[in-house]
Amino acid sequence: MKHGKWPLIVTFLVPPVLLYVFFVVSPYLQAFQISTTDWLGYSADANPVGLANFKALWHDDYVWNALKNNVILLALVPVLTIVLGLFFATMLAMGGRKGSAGVTGVRGGALYRTVYFFPQVLSVVIIALLWKEVYHPNQGLLTSAAHAVGLPAPTWLGDPATAFWCVLAVMVWSNVGFYVVLFGAAMSAVPKEIYEAVLLDGASRFTTLRRVTLPLLWDTVQVAWVYLAIFALDGFILVQLMTNGGPNFSTDVIGVRMYDTAFGSETKFGYASAIGVVMFFLTLSVAVLSLRIGRRERIEYS
Amino acid sequence: MNRRDILRRSAAAGLLATPAAGLLSGCATGGGGDKNDAETYQGTKSAENPLGVKEDAPLEVVIFGGGFGEEYAKAHEAMYTEKYPKAKIKHSATQEISKTLQPRFVDGSPPDVVNNSGTGQIDFNGLVSQNALADLGDLLAAPSLDVPGKTVKDTLLPGAVEIGSYDGKFLVLNYTYTAYGIWYSNKLFTERKWEYAKTWDEHIALCKQIKAAGIAPWTYAGLHPRYMSWPLISTAIKLGGPSVALALDNLEPNAWKSDAMKAAADAWHQIVKDKYILEGSPGLDHKQSQTAWCQGKAAFISCGSWLESEQKDVTPAGFNMTIAPTPSLGSGDKLPFEAIRGTAGEPFMVPAKARNVAGGLEYFRTMLSKKGAQDFTKKVASLTVVAGSSEGVELPYGLNTVVKALDASGANGFNWVYNNYYRKLERNLVDAACGEFFSGRIGPAEFLDQCQKGADSIAQDSSIKKYKRAA
Repeated sequence: MKHGKWPLIVTFLVPPVLLYVFFVVSPYLQAFQISTTDWLGYSADANPVGLANFKALWHDDYVWNALKNNVILLALVPVLTIVLGLFFATMLAMGGRKGSAGVTGVRGGALYRTVYFFPQVLSVVIIALLWKEVYHPNQGLLTSAAHAVGLPAPTWLGDPATAFWCVLAVMVWSNVGFYVVLFGAAMSAVPKEIYEAVLLDGASRFTTLRRVTLPLLWDTVQVAWVYLAIFALDGFILVQLMTNGGPNFSTDVIGVRMYDTAFGSETKFGYASAIGVVMFFLTLSVAVLSLRIGRRERIEYS
Repeated sequence: MNRRDILRRSAAAGLLATPAAGLLSGCATGGGGDKNDAETYQGTKSAENPLGVKEDAPLEVVIFGGGFGEEYAKAHEAMYTEKYPKAKIKHSATQEISKTLQPRFVDGSPPDVVNNSGTGQIDFNGLVSQNALADLGDLLAAPSLDVPGKTVKDTLLPGAVEIGSYDGKFLVLNYTYTAYGIWYSNKLFTERKWEYAKTWDEHIALCKQIKAAGIAPWTYAGLHPRYMSWPLISTAIKLGGPSVALALDNLEPNAWKSDAMKAAADAWHQIVKDKYILEGSPGLDHKQSQTAWCQGKAAFISCGSWLESEQKDVTPAGFNMTIAPTPSLGSGDKLPFEAIRGTAGEPFMVPAKARNVAGGLEYFRTMLSKKGAQDFTKKVASLTVVAGSSEGVELPYGLNTVVKALDASGANGFNWVYNNYYRKLERNLVDAACGEFFSGRIGPAEFLDQCQKGADSIAQDSSIKKYKRAA
């Protein structure tokens, strides 16, 4: 094995790293350079303007408004998704009743898992269009349901007071299924003996979840956290397709702002790149921070 | 998996999960501008070949693959090769004009003809300010392909050249002719014995009658509320004359708060106040609202003349959609009731760095021939900027009413172009204000304030090139 080590490493690592550098890292580096120019995107002329784009960004109310929405998403989407994901996964893994003999899932767990996972199989575009019809203010499922029980219904995506929450709900809905499966897989890796011991000690289900399952799942939860945080900082596709940031910018997010600046209402690629650079640092800081805050002692099963 | 792995992976995920940022620059920079200059195709000009097409030069055409499809373009290309059999035509269609062509503009190797349309359209302010478009002046001066004794310019409908001109230079050929007005179902109106109202007071009275009959008088695309800015501004222009539009286009101070605009906003606020708008409209997109209208849930909708072909699949038989001008505010109106907003649309352009600029212009000359225009109208049921080209072509019901409305409007037709000059102003700012106004969250004064604020922010933004037009 030893003398064959280097060819193996070179064959399997160098091409992907080169591809990664070429297709991911180099565009990023270019974005940094472009963000310091006034490039308009349809000619080769670009004049360096230093940090002028960032200065303009600082005074751009629309960008701040979008950022504010991202911050709300960042605060809510991961928490809601993880709590719901944990809850469903726990129910599926140990919600069933089998006396004190052991821990089992609810009946039909496999079916539920498939149902939960379903949104993950659909393309985000389909999810957005689907929910746009659900939120249809006259024929939509939600409105009809509200009217059926005699409640007044808002215009959902048409009202700045509700549009944002409607989009947020879809974000959580489309993500939960994946984390149910992820947490479920992690739970099934926890040795049964631990649960048996806990049961013998007479712990309640909630205590079991809080004191045993959660600590054992901590690494997985942390990964989920980071991914969801990044998702919350982006949220581009759903917002663009469902509301395009409206009404009156109430659902705007920073990704939509960037897209709109480059391809939508204007063609300011330098400025859009500056937004991209800010997004990059935000995402990176959030990822690093959430890992730092979540640091805990690791538990080994062995 | 230990923590270090997670950290490493997460950092990588951080890089991967925000692909949008990388997307911007993936195709950027590094292109050199002028490398193709030596290879442009130019033939010798003659009476037969006024634009100097090199007859064996290849021609590349990129079409927006939208509602009109691409068959009409293939027909035009066939007409082109009839005249220049040695020319090889490369044809392609895409929905994403901007993303597809952006790298090629930067690289200095754009196609020869571009149909720059759709939501993925390239902002014209950006293109024009970077001198990326060829001057189409020669085309206008060239003789028409099949109308003897007339230049291409002579064959065009009024307004067709103005709308494609920036600082006096004709850069964009808008090929279709679009009327913007208020639509209703003639079938519904005949059945109920309603008559389209010519004045605003009558319109409000009619709305009351319609509502009493259990139908909502109005609906609109709440997710694209700028559709409602069209009748509102039209009302103002009919009251105050074309100078109202000129002031908006030239970003004059307080143009949005002129007396005519105030009167128009006050008038239109009436349909909001009296709840003459289909409930839930603020939450509908354009397709959903148009469909509600086709289903007879609302009587009026504001749209352009593409409405009929867009709604083809869901319009009930015998619906007989009819376009009408906005009602007059009163006897003081400067323009008659018949005046309607008519404008050329569906922009085509020849990039300045195209290798076969002469071929591109010649291709336009083919499109603007009587034969080319009639073929287009037959294929896609839309009018063109070529005068009289719909004669002898059987038109669908709605388009027929458009032709009649445009005829009646005649020289009183009007238009504005601020949305072409400053896409952001209409698409983002006026749009947001309309959403607030027509859903009743703000009143007329706040509405105009918000629009004015948007216009001022464009006027003050030194990174946006400004254009002026004369009356």
